[in-house]
Amino acid sequence: MTLTAHGKLQLYGALLLLPAAVLLAAFAYLPTIMTVINSLFLPGFRGEPAEFVGVENYQVLFDDPTFWKVARNNLLYALGTIPTSIALALGMALFVNGKLPGRGFVRMAYFTPTILPMIAAANIWMFFYAPQIGLFNSLLEALGFSGVNWLGNPSVALGSVIVMSVWKEAGFFMIFYLAALQSIPPELKEAADLEGTGRWSFFWRVTFPLLMPTTLFVLINALINAVRVVDHLFILTKGGPNNATNLLLYYVYENAFSFFDRTTAATITVVILLVLAVVATLKFTILDRRTHYQ
Amino acid sequence: MNTTTTTVPRSRHVSVPSLDTMAAWLLAIIWVFPLLYAFWAAFHPSEFMVSFELFAPLTLENFADAWTQAPFARYYLNTFALVTGVVFAQFVVCTLAAFAFARFPVPGKNVLFMLVLIQLFVFPEVLIVENYRIASGLGLIDTITGIGLPYVASAFGIFLLRQTFKTIPRELEDAARIEGCNWLEILWKVYVPLAKPTYLAYGLVSISHHWNNFLWPLVVTNSVESRPLTVGLGVFSAPETGVNWATVSAATLLSIAPLLVAFLLFQRQFVQSFLRAGIR
Repeated sequence: MTLTAHGKLQLYGALLLLPAAVLLAAFAYLPTIMTVINSLFLPGFRGEPAEFVGVENYQVLFDDPTFWKVARNNLLYALGTIPTSIALALGMALFVNGKLPGRGFVRMAYFTPTILPMIAAANIWMFFYAPQIGLFNSLLEALGFSGVNWLGNPSVALGSVIVMSVWKEAGFFMIFYLAALQSIPPELKEAADLEGTGRWSFFWRVTFPLLMPTTLFVLINALINAVRVVDHLFILTKGGPNNATNLLLYYVYENAFSFFDRTTAATITVVILLVLAVVATLKFTILDRRTHYQ
Repeated sequence: MNTTTTTVPRSRHVSVPSLDTMAAWLLAIIWVFPLLYAFWAAFHPSEFMVSFELFAPLTLENFADAWTQAPFARYYLNTFALVTGVVFAQFVVCTLAAFAFARFPVPGKNVLFMLVLIQLFVFPEVLIVENYRIASGLGLIDTITGIGLPYVASAFGIFLLRQTFKTIPRELEDAARIEGCNWLEILWKVYVPLAKPTYLAYGLVSISHHWNNFLWPLVVTNSVESRPLTVGLGVFSAPETGVNWATVSAATLLSIAPLLVAFLLFQRQFVQSFLRAGIR
C-alpha cells in the first residue's frame, strides 16, 4: 500500500499526537466518563454486579443537608475570596505601577505568597490562628481583649480560611493587572491631565474599562481556583468544625478516602465538573470572543 | 539566605511620603509579615514564638529537629525526581502534540484541539477518585511516576507550544527540508530552538506547580519512598501530631527554601513566565 504525500503527513501528525492522546484519554476523558457512570450506579455487595439506579444517587445527595452546607460554603468561599483578591490585586498593581520608593521590594512582597505551596502557607497561618499560643490571640490578649477561636468557631472559621486564601492569591493576579497597566498608552493620562480629569474619574472612566479583559481573565482563574484548591483545609480545619469550612473537593476527598463511599464521591465530582463546565463556557464565549485559536 | 534586608532607596531630600506610598508600604508589610514571622519562629527557641525581643537568641536547633524527626532528605529527592521527570516528559509529549497541531493536516484537528483544551478545566485533582482507580490498575500507586503521569499530557503546554510554533515562518522549515532534514530533525533543529523562551516560561510555571502540588500526590502516595515535600510536610505538621511549632516552621522553611531562593534570584524570569503562561 502506498500513501500519497498528504496521507503520509496525516499519518505522521496522528503519530505525533498519539502519546498525548493516550495520556489524556487515560487521565482526563476516561475518568470523567467513569465518574459520570459511577454516579448512576450503586456498587454491588460482595462481588455482585453494580446496580443501575439512575438519578437516585443525586436524589440522595440533594437530600443530604451536609452537601448543601458544603456547597453553600464553597459559594461563600468564592464570594469571599474572588472580589477581595481581585480588588486587592488591582490596587497592588496600581501602587507598583506608579512612582513608589522601594518599588522592587513592594512588588516582591506582594508576589511572594504566590510561589509558596498552599500547605506551607497554611502552616504559617496556623501560627496566627491557633487558639492559645497563636499570634493573633496573643496580640488581642496583650491589648486586653479576649481571644477568638479563629478556626474552631463555626461562624468565624470560614472567614479565617478566606483571609488566608486572599493573601495567597492576590499577588498572582496583580502581575496580570500590572502587565495590562503597562500596555495602556501614557498619552491617555497626559490628555486626561490636560483636561483636568481627576484621578478617581480617570480610573473609573479610562483605566478600569481598559482593564476589563484582564479582569475577566483573572475572574475565570479565580473561579477555577475556588473549586480546585483545597490543600489548606488539610492543615487549617480539615473541613471542620462540623463542616463549617468544608468545600466541595475536600468533601469528595473525605467521601472517597475517609468514608470509602466512592459513589457519593463520584456524584459530588459530577457537580464540580458541571460548575467547571459553566466556567469553561464563560471563558470560551465571553473571554475568547477576540482571541483566535488559529 | 535573608529576605528581610532588601534595602530601600531613600530619597535624598526629606519629604513626607504620600498617602499612596504609605498605603502601598503598609500593604507590603502586611503581605510579607507571615513569611517574616515564619523566619522568626524557625530561627528562635520556641519560647520566643510570641514574644518579640530584638536580641532573642538565634538557633538552628529547630532545623536540626525537623531534619531528624522527618525524612526530609528523602522528600527532597522525591520532589526533585518528580519535578524533573514531569517537566521533561511534558516537554517531549507536548512538543510532539503541539507540532502536529501547528503543522500537520490531521483530520478533525480543530475538534481534537478543543478536546485537548477541556483539560484546562478538568484537572487530575478534580478526578481524584477515578484517577486513583486508574493509577492503581496500572500499578502506579505509591510511585513517583504515579504522581506525575496524569500531568504529562498538559493541555496548557500543548496550547502554549502550538501558539509559538505557529509564529515560526514556514520559510525556515523549507530551508531545512532542502538541506535534507526529515520531520523530526526539522522539529529539533528549527522549531525547538526558536521556542526556547516558551519552554523556559512553561518550565518555570510547571516546576513551581509540581513543587507545590499537594492533593493528588497525597492521594496516590502512602510511604516515605514516594512522598514529595508538600505531602511530607503536611503529614509532619498536621496539628494532631503535636509537633513543636518552632520545628514546624523550620520544616516549612526547609520545604519552601529551594523555590523561594530560586524566585528571589530570578524574580524577573518567574514573573515573566507566569505572565506569558497566563496571557494565552
